[in-house]
Amino acid sequence: MPLALELEDVSFSYRPGQPVLTDVDLAVEEGEFVAVAGPNGGGKTTLVRLALGLSRPGSGSVRLFGEPAHRFSRRAALGYVAQRAQIGGQGPVTVREVVAAGRLAQGGLLGPLRARDRAIVDAAIEDVGLSEHAREPLSELSGGQQQRAFIAKAFAGEPSLLVLDEPTAGVDAESQEALARLLDRLHRDRRVTTLYVSHEFGAVEGIVERLVLVRGGIVFDGPPATLPSEWHDPSHAHARE
Amino acid sequence: MLESEFMRLAFATGAVVGLLAPAVGFFLVQRNMSLVGDGVGHTAFAGVAAGYLLGVSPVLTALLAAVGGAVGLEWLRSRRQAAGDQALALLFYTGLALGVVLASSAGALNVNLFAFLFGSILTVTREDLVVVTVLGAAGLTTVALLYRALAGVVVDEEGARVAGVPVVALNVLVAGLAGLTIGLSMQIVGILLIAALMVLPVIASGRVAWSMRSSILLAMAIGLASVFAGLTIAYYGDLPPGGAIVLVAAGAFLVTSLVDAVRH
Repeated sequence: MPLALELEDVSFSYRPGQPVLTDVDLAVEEGEFVAVAGPNGGGKTTLVRLALGLSRPGSGSVRLFGEPAHRFSRRAALGYVAQRAQIGGQGPVTVREVVAAGRLAQGGLLGPLRARDRAIVDAAIEDVGLSEHAREPLSELSGGQQQRAFIAKAFAGEPSLLVLDEPTAGVDAESQEALARLLDRLHRDRRVTTLYVSHEFGAVEGIVERLVLVRGGIVFDGPPATLPSEWHDPSHAHARE
Repeated sequence: MLESEFMRLAFATGAVVGLLAPAVGFFLVQRNMSLVGDGVGHTAFAGVAAGYLLGVSPVLTALLAAVGGAVGLEWLRSRRQAAGDQALALLFYTGLALGVVLASSAGALNVNLFAFLFGSILTVTREDLVVVTVLGAAGLTTVALLYRALAGVVVDEEGARVAGVPVVALNVLVAGLAGLTIGLSMQIVGILLIAALMVLPVIASGRVAWSMRSSILLAMAIGLASVFAGLTIAYYGDLPPGGAIVLVAAGAFLVTSLVDAVRH
């Protein structure tokens, strides 16, 4: 299988002598669903930024679909769902307006969306079960529904690689499980390569094929079922050191 | 009131300003940058003073200074050369200090300068109206054409950046439009109060709007109504138009807040 993402001998530090990530090797095949977990401050967000080409490594190389990540030519093929606290403007915005923003890279910047783009937006809203809320203000929906709207936004961009950064932050346990089921279904339907990044992975443990545990480097990479018991809570990933 | 030519000119110019200021301010407010207009306004003050010192049109130099200041602010912000409020403070105080020094050097610390600071319905000429109409229409057309892109960046700036949307260019464009708006609006509303016309109608509309589209359109309607009502009050009350316009916009915020409170 061709690789969607490949990190080779990657190290990164924000300040000299204080490495955040050291000697990271990671290869993600197209169509894989990978959970990236680890304690807060362990380097998950840095790994995401490197993978998306938003930061460049101090050493080593990062490639997206075979191209250097920072010069990746098909950026419209990347979907990104940030933490809910970091997204959304200050004023009223409807579900449809949020999801339509996901067609920006494909639909061009000028003028209104074309009929085909509008149909894709409607389909994405339907896929996450928010059709009846499409014209409602986002602020009147639950935290789980708001997160589904942003997932629909990412899928409206028809991504080849989807990265979700702490998608369940501030969402109750029931909504986390519903979100995991939704992602599982969308992944099976569309075979989009998916990186699910979170400080905990309980919600997706049963559906991901592979778990990567990050703490300054990759300390575990394999099926979730083979994770050593003392690391089952990633916030305790330091226990082996 | 409208039999006087200066009032007809003030209303015509005010109509453009009343629509443009909230349309541009919308994208600043949504990104927690409500005070950018204030900082850029102080740069425009330095531009007015430079105009007096150089003996050229203070409107032109203020326009150039405002656009330059706004774009410089966005550059500082995007390059993370200074945190958002630090960049704003830098622009705010440097613009004010430069304005005072230049105006003093030009011997222009007088009533003419006050007209720029607080607005005057007597200062708008036919030439000003042509400039405001042409550049204002260009600004509004730009917002209309790029509305979806600008709104998309407001919804999720990082997501847009990841997907390759030219976020930096769009942010610089908004900053440039903010500078343009301030340069065009200062004769009617005044440099010290123009930022309020970019922000208050947007905050007011946000209380009752249900979508981004309804929010920006309602903000433009409130901006237009505030300018017309404020100019009328200024005419009959012999008051500075800037203060009257901004107080009407603040009144609109009270009304929409009341409506919101009753509705919930």
